[in-house]
Amino acid sequence: MVQLTTRERDLGAIILIALAVLGIAMAAAGRNDLLGIHGAMVLLYSLVLLFVLLSGAFGAPPSPGRLTRYYDDPIKIGVGLTLFWAIFGMFIGVWAAAQLAWPSLNFDTSWASFGRIRPAHTSGVIFGFGGNALITTSFHVVQRTSRARLADQLSPWVVLFGYNLFCLIAISGYFLGVTQSKEYAEAEWYADIWLVIVWVTYFILYVRTLARRKEPHIYVANWYYLAFIIVVAILHIVNNLAVPLSFAHAKSYTIWAGVQDSMVQWWYGHNAVAFFLTAGFLAMLYYYLPKRAERPIFSYRLSILSFWGITFFYMWAGSHHLHYTALPHWVQNLGMTFSVMLLVPSWASAGNALLTLNGAWHKVRDDATLRFIMMAAFFYGLSTFEGSFLAIRPVNSLSHYTDWTVGHVHAGALGWVAMITFGSLYTLVPAIWKRERMFSATLVEVHFWLALIGTLIYVFAMWNSGIIQGLMWRTYSPDDTLVYSFVDTLVAMYPYYIARTFGGLLFLIGAIVAAYNVWMTVRTPAAALSLDEDLPVIEHPGATPTPAE
Amino acid sequence: MALTHETLVEGSKMWGLFYLIGFSICVLIYTFLPSNRKRFERAEKEIFDEDDAPWK
Repeated sequence: MVQLTTRERDLGAIILIALAVLGIAMAAAGRNDLLGIHGAMVLLYSLVLLFVLLSGAFGAPPSPGRLTRYYDDPIKIGVGLTLFWAIFGMFIGVWAAAQLAWPSLNFDTSWASFGRIRPAHTSGVIFGFGGNALITTSFHVVQRTSRARLADQLSPWVVLFGYNLFCLIAISGYFLGVTQSKEYAEAEWYADIWLVIVWVTYFILYVRTLARRKEPHIYVANWYYLAFIIVVAILHIVNNLAVPLSFAHAKSYTIWAGVQDSMVQWWYGHNAVAFFLTAGFLAMLYYYLPKRAERPIFSYRLSILSFWGITFFYMWAGSHHLHYTALPHWVQNLGMTFSVMLLVPSWASAGNALLTLNGAWHKVRDDATLRFIMMAAFFYGLSTFEGSFLAIRPVNSLSHYTDWTVGHVHAGALGWVAMITFGSLYTLVPAIWKRERMFSATLVEVHFWLALIGTLIYVFAMWNSGIIQGLMWRTYSPDDTLVYSFVDTLVAMYPYYIARTFGGLLFLIGAIVAAYNVWMTVRTPAAALSLDEDLPVIEHPGATPTPAE
Repeated sequence: MALTHETLVEGSKMWGLFYLIGFSICVLIYTFLPSNRKRFERAEKEIFDEDDAPWK
């Protein structure tokens, strides 16, 4: 925050004091409710930030020269937060997986029961890890592709720290037992309202930065980021419309009833996959892949066509989560049809990425970072094919409620989302900290293999487990009775549960290796040769001019 | 006109289809409009400019 001006610091302090007062009000009003604990957390969070903000207030004023550079400070903090949530979320995931194999790992406590740590895992990896990665990379990409500095210096911090406050309130709430029981939208009303405020700030910042662009055309990666920001706002608001018990209670009731509630929830749920876990990560793909491969995207026009295909088709696909339910048949058909059609723009994106690498396969062989990105595109193609396939109603009758779904989700989450994120981070970190490369290329290589082997073990275990489970559930004897009891299926799944825990553990170790590598890259002093050679030499008193200069 | 279930069903089943077709045509025109060719080709290459500072 060293570059903040006095006015920005004042404004930041006002926001934080208002937030602290809000925290006190929540703590007082909710003293007999779990809301009170969250009030205390809001108070503490804003006071810590206020301390950080004020402790730098009496330093030298920021140099006007800062405006001739990109604003990368929030990106640096964002990288740290991304890696923190990655390790946290994946650790909880491994724990939850282990509980399924060894149920006593909940230690007979309520806060560590599977029903509570499971949403802590999903929110930790999706919102904590994924969300921070999206915000961080979007700040990087929008500045570089627009050739403009972020529109102001305060709102990026509001977005970053505000978003992390949401994650903290949401996830701590699950451990406490605060939930509105909507998958991937478990956070209660007050956290939801806060996220709306943060998200609108994010949207305004992004659009203002785009409006300041010096490059006439808005690069396609920004389209994907903007789709992610806008659609997530719409989804979040509509699905979380609820009436709280009172302002002093954490509990609320949704305004949607019955099958409408299911439909809204899965319209939200599937589009969270589409616009949170796909659109924003495709933005990373369209920027970091060409940058890393040093080759322009195979077809820019194809990227535009697939953009509109994905944004349009995904909107209608959510009802495939509700096959064989009270939802009208034609709505199920609609969801199924659009899911199958989605394969076209999805494979167009995956194909576009892989064809970009044609002529650069030697780089894929030598550079583990590029291999991360390549493997992500491959898994993106694989899981979108699987998704379209699973959405077909008769296939869904076998797969639904089984571990096949879990396997499918993790092919996407580990293979696609996490791999593209790590590929992007390994490209972004040296660029932001002006290092020539990561601290250790060997550790990137180690991480790549841990991630790939972990994903394969996980996904194959769940495919086997899920299909066995689905087949056992529908096996009838000649006199039309079920052959297997539910417990029989659990016994059959046991070895796969151990395997998936091990696969997840490998992936977690990979994330820890990544965090260490990033930390060491940041700690190691930059080489004398500075990457921003376009700046006048006088800006770098310590720099040695190279012959080219 | 009352907003009934039937109205919504008709809207989705019929006008939804025309909306999809019309929308696709617009996207195709934008993508393949000859005057946009230059802009897209430039966009493909522009990200490789190593100039790591905002433009004046």
